Amino acid sequence: MSNLHTLELTVNGQPRVAGNVRPHTTLLNWLRDQGLTGCKEGCAEGECGACAVLMARADEHGGTRLESVNACLVLMGSVAGQEVVTAEGLGHPGTLHPVQHELAVRGGSQCGYCTPGFVVSMAAEYYRPERSQTEQVTGDAHHGPNGFDLHALSGNLCRCTGYRPIQDAAYALGMPPESDSAGTDPLAQRRTQTPPMPRPTHLSTPDGDFYRPGTLAEALDLLAAHPDAKVLAGGTDWGVEVNLRHARAGVTIAVDGLPELRTLTATDRFIELGAGLNLSEIERRLGNQIPLLREWFPHFASRLIRNNATLGGNLGTASPIGDSPPVLLALDAGVVLVGPQGEREVPLADYFTGYRQTVRLPGELIRAVRIPLPLAPLTGFYKIAKRRFDDISSVAVGIALELEGDTVQRLRIGLGGVAATPIRGLKAEAALTGQVWNKENVRLAAKILGTEGTPLDDHRASSAYRAAMLEQTLLKFYFEQTTQRQEELA
Amino acid sequence: MSLFERPPLGAVGDPVPHESADLHVTGHALYTDDLGVRLHNLLHAWPLQAPHAHARLLKLDTSPVLSVPGVVRVLTAADVPGVNDAGVKHDEPLLFGENGPNEVMFYGQAVCWVLADSTEAARLGAEAIRAEYEVLPALLTIAEAIAEDSFQGSQPTLRRGDVALGFGEAAHVFEGEFEFGGQEHFYLETNAALAYTDESGQMFIQSSTQHPTETQEIVAHVLGLTSSQVTVQCLRMGGGFGGKEMQPHGFAAIAALGATLTGRPVRVRLNRTQDLTMTGKRHPFHARWKVGFDESGRLHALQATLSSDGGWSLDLSEPVLARALCHIDNAYYLPHVEVLGRICKTNKTSQTAFRGFGGPQGMLVIEDILGRCAPLLGLEAADLRQRNFYAPGEATPYGQPVRHAERLQLVWQTLLQQSDFAARQAEIQAFNAAHPHTKRGLAITPVKFGISFNFTAYNQAGALVHIYKDGSVLINHGGTEMGQGLHTKMIQVAATALGVPLRCVRLAPTRTDKVPNTSATAASSGADLNGGAIKNACDQIKERLAAVAAGSLGVHPDDVRFENGRVYPLGHPDQGLDFAQLVHDAYHLRTQLWAAGYYRTPGLHWDRVAMQGEPFKYFSYGASVSEVEVDGFTGAYRLLRADLLHDVGDSLSPLIDIGQVEGGFVQGAGWLTLEELRWDTTQGPHRGRLATQSASTYKLPSFSEMPEIFNVALLEQATEDGVVYGSKAVGEPPLMLAISVREALRQAAAAFGPSGRPQLLASPATPEAVFWALEEARQERAEVVAADD
Repeated sequence: MSNLHTLELTVNGQPRVAGNVRPHTTLLNWLRDQGLTGCKEGCAEGECGACAVLMARADEHGGTRLESVNACLVLMGSVAGQEVVTAEGLGHPGTLHPVQHELAVRGGSQCGYCTPGFVVSMAAEYYRPERSQTEQVTGDAHHGPNGFDLHALSGNLCRCTGYRPIQDAAYALGMPPESDSAGTDPLAQRRTQTPPMPRPTHLSTPDGDFYRPGTLAEALDLLAAHPDAKVLAGGTDWGVEVNLRHARAGVTIAVDGLPELRTLTATDRFIELGAGLNLSEIERRLGNQIPLLREWFPHFASRLIRNNATLGGNLGTASPIGDSPPVLLALDAGVVLVGPQGEREVPLADYFTGYRQTVRLPGELIRAVRIPLPLAPLTGFYKIAKRRFDDISSVAVGIALELEGDTVQRLRIGLGGVAATPIRGLKAEAALTGQVWNKENVRLAAKILGTEGTPLDDHRASSAYRAAMLEQTLLKFYFEQTTQRQEELA
Repeated sequence: MSLFERPPLGAVGDPVPHESADLHVTGHALYTDDLGVRLHNLLHAWPLQAPHAHARLLKLDTSPVLSVPGVVRVLTAADVPGVNDAGVKHDEPLLFGENGPNEVMFYGQAVCWVLADSTEAARLGAEAIRAEYEVLPALLTIAEAIAEDSFQGSQPTLRRGDVALGFGEAAHVFEGEFEFGGQEHFYLETNAALAYTDESGQMFIQSSTQHPTETQEIVAHVLGLTSSQVTVQCLRMGGGFGGKEMQPHGFAAIAALGATLTGRPVRVRLNRTQDLTMTGKRHPFHARWKVGFDESGRLHALQATLSSDGGWSLDLSEPVLARALCHIDNAYYLPHVEVLGRICKTNKTSQTAFRGFGGPQGMLVIEDILGRCAPLLGLEAADLRQRNFYAPGEATPYGQPVRHAERLQLVWQTLLQQSDFAARQAEIQAFNAAHPHTKRGLAITPVKFGISFNFTAYNQAGALVHIYKDGSVLINHGGTEMGQGLHTKMIQVAATALGVPLRCVRLAPTRTDKVPNTSATAASSGADLNGGAIKNACDQIKERLAAVAAGSLGVHPDDVRFENGRVYPLGHPDQGLDFAQLVHDAYHLRTQLWAAGYYRTPGLHWDRVAMQGEPFKYFSYGASVSEVEVDGFTGAYRLLRADLLHDVGDSLSPLIDIGQVEGGFVQGAGWLTLEELRWDTTQGPHRGRLATQSASTYKLPSFSEMPEIFNVALLEQATEDGVVYGSKAVGEPPLMLAISVREALRQAAAAFGPSGRPQLLASPATPEAVFWALEEARQERAEVVAADD
């Protein structure tokens, strides 16, 4: 274990000892105090990406991935033994890294304040092993000819350029040197070596304690000893609470590194997703096994957030506007809870009990989410928001439908943003189940769906618009499915 | 030497990257708040923000604060040795106290500040303060202010002809109302200042400010010092957009006051929420209008009342309003005009300068009128706009001849062709006929924007150019760098004027002890004014050098050429000498190798009471075509394609100028479609609180809002012979190119309904706003169908 006030980490290839670390010190503030001021605070809530840094992480093959995260949301206790790379560590004036060079010469920086963050997000995509010319997605407005996925930049805001030169820079990038070439690019080399592993940590300070236990059993013991402890996974929600609302916890227990929470398994009855896996990992490892999730991932915040955020965290905070419940409700998912007495599985539809309240008992952790098989063949996800990507939904709707002939065999509608908890559209489901899937019946059910929940008026949307969107999304789903079937018939 | 003519060879016009690009991309570019880590004993400041929109401070007990570990002191009104005011109108008290000032004017207003060894300690200190308030009634909307007759500042009227006569003669008269929202600057770098007493005993302030001179003046009056005792430096800003023209002064004054009282360096850096809740934004406006057209659709008369929401203090609301009135004509000749402007006083942040400075608001009103009225006149909106363009020889309602009016038609026709407008219009009609749930819209709109500060005195600038004995050049000017590329352009101007390569010129940060009495870097004027001053300084030195060279080369000084680091007799490039050698020789002949440059824009005059004169040196022109696709189920949309053509004169720096045009367009599209400021207007306990006070609730355009096809071009052969090297200003005008996005959304929403109806659209045109607009269109179609049955 790291000792009680200090921890070790590697920054830009150099080992560092971070002394006098407090449990709520963010990686961003620590880096800036070290003079690495290229890392900027623009919003302190993971929206702007000006603080992006690379983290070295394990891939699935024993090697190392370089992933971009928001340093403003990472607490220092989480980075013991880890490796961090900032924009300063990629290149210097005179010896620019390829992403730095492309951004500089194409007018990709104006005021320059967001630029180090863009550099880091672009570098993560530059080094992404799956990126290649062959992976290129044709007909996709968000991929370049070099396989560059523009969603890698969805968590970075620029107020000056309008993004075109940044896109040009991204699409002009070549590939990193092959691993066998002679050390021209240390980060490319780094990918072939073993990754840093989560390191058990205990920080003890007058401001509170931070634990990273090594095993699930230790975590449950700690939780039993500190029932009020803050359970921390990716920190993309708690970091915002710490920074914007100045929340402080006496005891923080980080669980995202626990091996028991990091499994992804499939049986013939279900697919189980570990609660501590970050969403990018799940997205990558699932591929197209669950089409609804594949459609949904790009709408969950940004790549910077998905590289840390977990399903466990999203369900643990139990926000009524969390992004995962609508799709997980549509998929009939179950939540696997583990406590001192062992495991139990709760249907997600029974999991939420009130505003940010759940059936999870003190002392319990979310270990996994189970998606039952077989999957409904027809699915849709609709996130209603002001901005197309990286926005909080005013309403979110997940739909899963199974038809037998033209008759609705089974329908699940998950709704977010229309009540104190995520809910199912039970009345509309009932109205259509056993009925013919046609325009008239869908219209009637859509009217019913529009009356579900008690949507609010707020700065995101009016209650009238929210209600209208419930109705409209079911109509849109019907129209899309019908068009798709017609196209298939044609 | 001619101001606008370019030598055959020179760095102006080259597409060079930003002068700090390598520093930006490596994280080595320093901003104000990056400097604090270099200082010992730094104190951090945190404000106590009032939790009421309007209230009287009854009690301010700061005694518990000092028991919070790490807290050093509190700053209240009693601590101010000079004038306790953060503005230039003396209506912005900087610090509160029980003995006054004590009237809280907006939710989140800073009452006092705590200084501590860490930000955390300062925050905890502020939490420990015991403040009591008497809540007073608050006005939050323009409608509430109008109902209560709550106005501030002057109420000018722009007038030409006789509107009553005009309406009498008009074939068609329409009336309407339009209210639209403001915009948060959301510079990525929040307001920041760092102050300390330097080794010579003067107050030295690093500030993220567009207006170092005014920051200096306000710090001086707060501290009771002269301007000569205060120096302000601005290295660079992480974005400004007008938001750092007036707003930084008070924060700099807090840092300077704290540094004076404690003897320690003090850092003020707002977090995003503080910046959003404490600083001013673009003015929202309400317009009530009546418009008359002749038979052919020519505008004949316009009568309007524009009411801006100025917030709690005047700030720049008067000049913003003046520019709005001066741009309600946009590109169109209005024979009879009467437009009254007034500024509402509300209990919100004090709205301020924002890229366009009222111009966008004035132009949006006339473009909304034309977009709404075109179907009523039976005309395509594009035709209606074009037939109303100014013709050469015509003058604006404020009496200024429209210089280069013919460029409007040139830009318009060129863009119609380049964007393939007519063919795409036909394609869209076919698309819309075939798609019941998805509609596309296409629109073209023009921009005409007046360049110069309306307030004539601001149109002056200074520069300082040094040539050292080794031939290296150091330049300094009064403008600030906020990402717009001003410093890059200034280096290009100096290199061109002196005939040296770019690498020979270094630019030093903007400081008030180098160039005094500067104007704000604002009104798009930075390159025009400071470029004129730098060129003037370089020309002075070059004249002296030419005299020296003439002697050694044996030619008349007029026939000495300076080019790319060489100096040679006209026609004999092979017979010259190096610039550095000439400088060396000149020094030994006792030649002054530095100069102060100065520029004042000639020919300007303005009567702000009569609203008449020639306030602008020239106009910038542009046009844009936008195509959108709207989802009828949700109102969500995509910007499929944008084509922009803009007049920057002969560009000083094309990579920079293209960046300004594109960035302005996307920022304008943000204002008109996405960015929505929402205040709590209920009568609840948080009345007046800004509901959108973070990046998660106030959404900026991200990469997905960029047009999927984005064609941007600069007008060619566009020399402006009144400006340095034939260029034109570029900072603000392109923002208004984004009006075509809104008009395209209007077209798409209208396509869900029957033709010939005026399509209303709220602003910002969020997906929700577009949904309600197209719902209305759909309802009317249903009614038409029902009536036909």
